Amino acid sequence: MSGMDSVAVAGVGMHPWGAWGKPFAEYGSVAARAALADAGLGWRDVQLVVGGETIRNGYPGFVAGSALSQALGWHGAPVASCYAACATGAQALSTARAHILAGLADVVLVVGADTTPKGFFAPVGGDRPDDPDWLRFRLLGATNPAYFGLYARRRMALCGSTEADFAAVKVKNARAGALNPYARFRAEVDAETVLNSPMVSDPLRLLQICATSDGAAAVVLTSEDYARRLNKDAVRIRAISAPTPTYPRTVPDFPYLASDSMATAAPAARTFRESLAHAAYEAAGIGPEDVDLAEVYDLTTAMELDWYEEIGLCAPGDAEKLLHEGATALGGRVPVNASGGLSSFGEAIPAQAIAQVCELTRQLRGDAGDRQVAGARVGVAVNQGLFGHGSAIVVGRA
Amino acid sequence: MTDGIPAAPGTEGWFRESPDGFVLLAGRCTACGALSFPPRTVPGCPDPGCEGLDQSPEPLSTTGTLWSYTDARYAPPPPYPRPPDTEFSPYALAAVELAAERMIVLGQVAPDIPAEALRVGMTMELAPGTLLSSTGVEERVWNWRPVAGYDAYTGEAHA
Ligand SMILES: [Zn+2]
Repeated sequence: MSGMDSVAVAGVGMHPWGAWGKPFAEYGSVAARAALADAGLGWRDVQLVVGGETIRNGYPGFVAGSALSQALGWHGAPVASCYAACATGAQALSTARAHILAGLADVVLVVGADTTPKGFFAPVGGDRPDDPDWLRFRLLGATNPAYFGLYARRRMALCGSTEADFAAVKVKNARAGALNPYARFRAEVDAETVLNSPMVSDPLRLLQICATSDGAAAVVLTSEDYARRLNKDAVRIRAISAPTPTYPRTVPDFPYLASDSMATAAPAARTFRESLAHAAYEAAGIGPEDVDLAEVYDLTTAMELDWYEEIGLCAPGDAEKLLHEGATALGGRVPVNASGGLSSFGEAIPAQAIAQVCELTRQLRGDAGDRQVAGARVGVAVNQGLFGHGSAIVVGRA
Repeated sequence: MTDGIPAAPGTEGWFRESPDGFVLLAGRCTACGALSFPPRTVPGCPDPGCEGLDQSPEPLSTTGTLWSYTDARYAPPPPYPRPPDTEFSPYALAAVELAAERMIVLGQVAPDIPAEALRVGMTMELAPGTLLSSTGVEERVWNWRPVAGYDAYTGEAHA
């Protein structure tokens, strides 16, 4: 599909995910050059650079668009930098898309790159009791995996999920990740190994929680006209949604210490996480039945199962059934995380949503090698992060 | 305060200790009654349909239903306090759903209750809790604990 409201994905590029501790701008410039080469464009053709901010890399991280422009060599292109927690990459893509649709630019480079310390994510330093992210660590010791453990245990209580179900997600994603040259973890894993890994936040074990990684991804977006001139008109961004929650939030999502009260206001028909993909489906004029493959933010194995239901691949409570039927594995009816997912990559926050689009683009072009999803025409990518951020992106063949 | 332990940093006005007991205090919008926990520090109602700017303290129910729980087997990073030369002691976290308020409030589980004693759906009650600051000073926080007599104490390990 193409039309007034679509932009073309002219090129994609990545730096492999890993843990080397090099400057984020190094990873980002590798990914950017790869995306430009893939598009058949030069750095000087870029009319706007949008950088996903990385908040743990000092000042250059906060001005990512500029830091990456300097790394590639100043040539005068305007920059934008944006931060939206795990949805940072989606917001960067959305900024690029808006410029193109408004006619302000024809060629936009979107880059996300990160260098991530080992271990739990921690809040920015100092005594900051007015920051909910600081408070949850200071008062409760509530790390991200602690919240994930709450959601996983809730799923077990509501849906009868077991640790073995969760482990089967890891086995599936490790199998896909083993085929992806950009993934950090490229070994297949069996269920026994998952179930014998150390318990982190009951019921979640180490191999059920995504690691923190270094990595980078870049996408070159162009206008329809420009794509036609480039002869690069295969893949389109059909929708990007990045809504905030609606009051009242029904779940105690991180970093907050409580859900919103539903005593004086009724919640929306859809939860926040459900609203993400459905807003994008509506904007793209499709439904979940049109989706050929999905990249979902599997911060944990249990969360991947939540997503199946929240993006409409199956009814609430049926995710385990969908998983065990093999529908979401490579070769299944609707493969989920054909890239290997966060499970195989680990999280490089500002790069992640962009990497999801890289994978969907390769799949829709038929360039995904051993991971290829046959006949893929429509893909969706979703994520959710701190402070009411989340996004969904629908990518389709032209 | 009944025993003179000061509120942990950032929790001023979040709870009240009196001879009548220990309660968490929400902020209640004086216009529409919407509750916020912790009380909002920014003026304005959380409900986008309400133009109220003021809130008053409102005690929350002190019992609720265990919505979910987890435990922390690895030491969290700072700013979680840990006095020098002390071992990390694992703790459980509870998310407790308050029926009247229709709201889920997180808290650490009282340190004498192991995660194995918890079941989703059990009745929990609020209790004063104590954190040790990184300089070893006691600070008041809130804890959740199963209501005494609940059969989890006799029960089998969770699935
Ligand atoms: Zn109000």
